Amino acid sequence: MSIVTDPARPVEVPVEPGTAKPRRRGSFGFNSISPTEKVVRYLLLVFVLLITIGPFLWQLSTSLKGSGEDIYTRIPRLLPSQPTLSHYGEVADTIPVWDYMKNSLLVAVLVVGGNIVGSSLAGFALSRLQFRFRRIVLGLFLATLVLPGEVTIISQYVTVRELGLANTLFGVALPGMIGALNVLLMFNAFRSLPIEVDQAAVVDGANVWQRFVYIGLPSVRGTISVVAIFAFIGAWDDFLWPLIVLTDPDKYTLTVGLQYLSGTFSNNPRLIAAGTMIAFIPIVIVFAVCQRFFFKGVEEGAVKG
Amino acid sequence: MKYHRWFTPWVLIIPALAWLLVFNLWPSINTVILSFTNARPIGGGTFVGLKNFETLLHDEQLRYALLNSVIYMVVCLPFLTIFPLLLAVLVEKKLPGITFFRTAFYTPVVASAVVVALIWQWILDDRGLVNGLAEKLGVISGPLPFLSDQWLLLLSAISLTIWKGLGYYMIIYLAALGNVGRELHEAAAVDGASAFRRFVNVTIPGVRGTMVLISILISVSALRVFSELFILSGGKGGPGGRDNSVVMLIQQYSQGFEGNLGYASALSIVLFFVTVVPMLVLARLNRKGVEA
Repeated sequence: MSIVTDPARPVEVPVEPGTAKPRRRGSFGFNSISPTEKVVRYLLLVFVLLITIGPFLWQLSTSLKGSGEDIYTRIPRLLPSQPTLSHYGEVADTIPVWDYMKNSLLVAVLVVGGNIVGSSLAGFALSRLQFRFRRIVLGLFLATLVLPGEVTIISQYVTVRELGLANTLFGVALPGMIGALNVLLMFNAFRSLPIEVDQAAVVDGANVWQRFVYIGLPSVRGTISVVAIFAFIGAWDDFLWPLIVLTDPDKYTLTVGLQYLSGTFSNNPRLIAAGTMIAFIPIVIVFAVCQRFFFKGVEEGAVKG
Repeated sequence: MKYHRWFTPWVLIIPALAWLLVFNLWPSINTVILSFTNARPIGGGTFVGLKNFETLLHDEQLRYALLNSVIYMVVCLPFLTIFPLLLAVLVEKKLPGITFFRTAFYTPVVASAVVVALIWQWILDDRGLVNGLAEKLGVISGPLPFLSDQWLLLLSAISLTIWKGLGYYMIIYLAALGNVGRELHEAAAVDGASAFRRFVNVTIPGVRGTMVLISILISVSALRVFSELFILSGGKGGPGGRDNSVVMLIQQYSQGFEGNLGYASALSIVLFFVTVVPMLVLARLNRKGVEA
């Protein structure tokens, strides 16, 4: 377990066990915590943990309970008495869940790739190159943030349909491939690098592309990973847009497929539970692997304000 | 000083700008145009003047949807401005294992709304965990119809939204707390202020701007609710369609032979004005507060 250290604050000195510091009653130093406070804090943390993680565990448990087991018992049991993975296989027999997963993955990869490339190029140009109408372009990107996506979703569908992409996975991915918010995030990230670095590179004969690749990109890796993580999660979790674009059950993404599963086979909660876990587990793994970058990115953003 | 040819920035910006124009600006204009037509999901459509807007005025479904949206917003606002701040204060101190807790609290945010709504559907089922436990404890005699009663269904969706949003706003507060001066806390502590007093008089004023931002975010996302209500109501919008949200109505009109993209666009315009109002009100309140 790595503990994220915040560059904005001094590292807290851990109180070593056994070395009781002399302290006045009622006032504690700021870098240490009283034992009582520590216990209270952990109790509260565990309480919130139960609320946030409990429902997921309950669903996992339901998905593992055997068909002969009573899942409706009035005394709920978290650990299955006849644990089985058979419902996961059953889901795949009922709906093409692995194809749905492939579809979701394809959409997510397109969206992540598009956002990394498109928003870092635009963010770099907007923050580090001087040109006419720069402020107007920047203003346009800012203005779209006021508009909730759902407001334009119908005419976006019309646009995608006219491009001949209705009922295709590419049509699902396309509109989200360069997000205005991501452009602004990259703009902000590139801006924090001193312009003198660029000027020195110019003196050394570096062109725009070289400045982008060798100076810009290495200094914004944190923000790029935040953009990538959010683009992935957003695309993987999206429901309304694929629901509108896709009509053919073969092309469903996981979220639309799950809704289809629950609508058709709602009589067996174990099956639906297994289906939700198939959609949930990959995204949790992605997030658990990337959370280091994520929290670091959040704190960097905060420091620069 | 310029170190590049005039078109170089444009080459870099063109993709993003093209996306902005094709998938943001043009659709916003086209929404207005479409709202004066009777376009169908398959295509076509002719100009029908203000007919869609006249229909809006007499649409009972829309009235319920707007009422639901306002209730959604009013209930979500206090819970989601306060609880995440308390959580942020709780996870701010770098105790051993705090990264685990932070990540765990954020998990509901990472999960798809569809996934969490299906989980809650099972928990709130007539024979699910909540009803089972409550019956066992003797709180209720029969199962509460969380998913079939008009108001209970709305309340279930609201509590789901609150539960899912806790971690999201916690992280925003956490970032803001990093900017609250440590010295202020220390000074207050030296002066003998209790933890509660410090929270009220140092922490809250310190994150005031973030609080306003978060209230705007909560209001707008409450008015845009879709997946939670859609899944919990099984896509039907509750008894008699009285648990629809505005976005659910838009989705319903976007599909099938009965679909009407013109009317859906008119609903989208209603949605736009509904979401802009809280933004303006809260932004104005904030400005007044700063002047005072």
